[in-house]
Amino acid sequence: MSEPVLAQLVAALIGGRIRIVDLTQTLSPDFPQIVLPPEMGQAWPFRVEEASRYDERGPGWYWNNFSCGEHTGTHFDAPIHWISGRHLPDNSTDTIPVAHFVAPACVIDCSRQAAADADFLLTADFLRQWEKTNSRIPSGSWLLMRTDWSKRTDPVAYQNLDSTGQHTPGPDTDAVRFLIEERGVLGFGSEAIGTDAGQAFHLKPPYPCHYLMHGSGRYGLQCLTNLDLLPATGAVVIAAPLKIKEGSGSPLRVIALVPGPADTPQPGRRTAAKDKKSRVEKKRR
Amino acid sequence: MRPPRKNPILRTRVPTLPPSVRSRVALGLTAAAARGSFELQVCRDCGTVQYPPRESCRVCLSLRLDWHVQDGAGELLSETMLRHSNELFYRERMPWRLGMVRLDCGPVLVAHLHGDCAPAPSRVRVRSALDRAGQAALMAMPEKDTPNMADDRQLREMTCDPKFRKVLITDAKTPLGHALVEAIVAAGADLVWAGYAEPWKKTAGFDQLASIPQVALLPLDLTNSRAVKDAAGEIGGRVDILINTADHHRNYGIAARNGVEVARAEMDVNYFGLLRLAQEFAPALRGRGADGQSSAVAWVNLLSIFALSNFPPHGTYSASKAAALSLAQCLRAELGPAGVRVINVFPGPIDDEWNQLLPPPKIAPARLASDIVHALRGGVEDVYPGDIAEDWLARWRDNPKALERELAAGT
Repeated sequence: MSEPVLAQLVAALIGGRIRIVDLTQTLSPDFPQIVLPPEMGQAWPFRVEEASRYDERGPGWYWNNFSCGEHTGTHFDAPIHWISGRHLPDNSTDTIPVAHFVAPACVIDCSRQAAADADFLLTADFLRQWEKTNSRIPSGSWLLMRTDWSKRTDPVAYQNLDSTGQHTPGPDTDAVRFLIEERGVLGFGSEAIGTDAGQAFHLKPPYPCHYLMHGSGRYGLQCLTNLDLLPATGAVVIAAPLKIKEGSGSPLRVIALVPGPADTPQPGRRTAAKDKKSRVEKKRR
Repeated sequence: MRPPRKNPILRTRVPTLPPSVRSRVALGLTAAAARGSFELQVCRDCGTVQYPPRESCRVCLSLRLDWHVQDGAGELLSETMLRHSNELFYRERMPWRLGMVRLDCGPVLVAHLHGDCAPAPSRVRVRSALDRAGQAALMAMPEKDTPNMADDRQLREMTCDPKFRKVLITDAKTPLGHALVEAIVAAGADLVWAGYAEPWKKTAGFDQLASIPQVALLPLDLTNSRAVKDAAGEIGGRVDILINTADHHRNYGIAARNGVEVARAEMDVNYFGLLRLAQEFAPALRGRGADGQSSAVAWVNLLSIFALSNFPPHGTYSASKAAALSLAQCLRAELGPAGVRVINVFPGPIDDEWNQLLPPPKIAPARLASDIVHALRGGVEDVYPGDIAEDWLARWRDNPKALERELAAGT
């Protein structure tokens, strides 16, 4: 194993010993955005306007202009997003150390609990139990809460609003404190529209995952998907927000590297052999 | 009487228009008809009421002529059935009944004659309504209402009656949207598409609309260009009347709200939403302006009386509605050649959450809905529902600068 480390990585990727899983929802105008009382400032939903499509507006090319909020679709929350993190150093998308954008992840499976109770709160005890059957949550890792909420493809079920507001799972205050103070996580990720539970306004403090995580310089990832394809431990998440000046967050592509079975080439991976084959096929046509 | 169904193997008739050239002075008749008023010139010096409109009094040559509302009561002197015309519009609609009427106020005129008018001599009411060219035309109606008189073939060429037609209401989630769906169904529409955005936000009563047999729910968010395009692709070729009720209303001036987000959201729905709708739906409407007796006939915009003059407490909303009014004039010019009427509705404050702090009178959604149906059945293109709207319109027509000062002073 005297090969350079990145060469080993590339060999593992090509050989399929490392697979890449997309944890990102498609940015689409149909994907719901967070709901706030209408008198408050709002996050824009994703919208797209055609600039040209091989037509009189641009005869040979197709392109769009899009608009969205910093917190639209699968997105990253920077500490400056919350008032508790506003004075921290390196707290916005342009100043966060890039080393934080690649980190290991622990995936806590709460899918059964969330299916039974949309208001399910992840507790510190639940996390301790998880550590008993897995391993201690390492410092500097993402804690990803798997709820299978992303499988709710109907936006009405995904938002899950009633006259008392939103009902989606999230962590309780003790769990957030435990993860920050006792485990030193990098941040918290969820499948629902926020890192906090839908009813977290009623917790102490309100929205503990935002208030406490961002207040101690930690990050958030929300609207994740495919968490069910990740191992409980051992995945590496690549989550690099757009470098927006003083950005409070950004939509982003989140991918995970996961250990795969040995020597099964990754579907879709471009290899020299494949390229040659496709060139031959083209010639035949 | 239900019009016969279209024969789909025949070519869809291309829209033609009745003669539309008018002198500037004759447009006075059109200006009144656009508001639903029948006005004739009255000489300030000798009192003569005259028709057709002229530059001077036909009796005393005075130039001091004023437009005054007339009740249209008169006597049908004679009638004829037109069986030939060199005007393409009438050639395609023969035979056509015309009558000569002497108004009680003096003038003798030729008018389109409703099928239910008794043979001459008989009493009739002459009304002035916009025809397919958007110009004032005179129609003699029976003195007293008759059953189903709105179904008259010649009258339907002037009105935009929802009866037997297919109607899109772009936002049916609001109280006005509910009321309008119900009113349009009650008016005899064959089909009503009830548009809705943001399905995860429930509003009381919306789900019940789906149980009305004539109603089909349609996902439609005017801020989403692709959604508008998709909706137009699916139903655009079948819409006879489009009623744009989508409205984003917040109550801020300039100083009362930091930033442009609220104003932008208002513009995105109220102005760009109309633009997106017009780009996607207007082409199909233009193509069906003469598609039989249930042709594409009307496009209704829910504007606001604030479009005429800025109401500072709702300042950015007023600006978005003024922008929409300007765009609606462009749309009217573009749909006009197809005979599709653009009706602008300028209500006073609606009795809803965003007008909570305004004192009464506020127009009830159900009343506004019935005024819109009334406008479609009539021959108007500008409607000012509610006491506030009528009052503002009168003040604005009298002296727009005075109204600006009064609104700035909060009176």
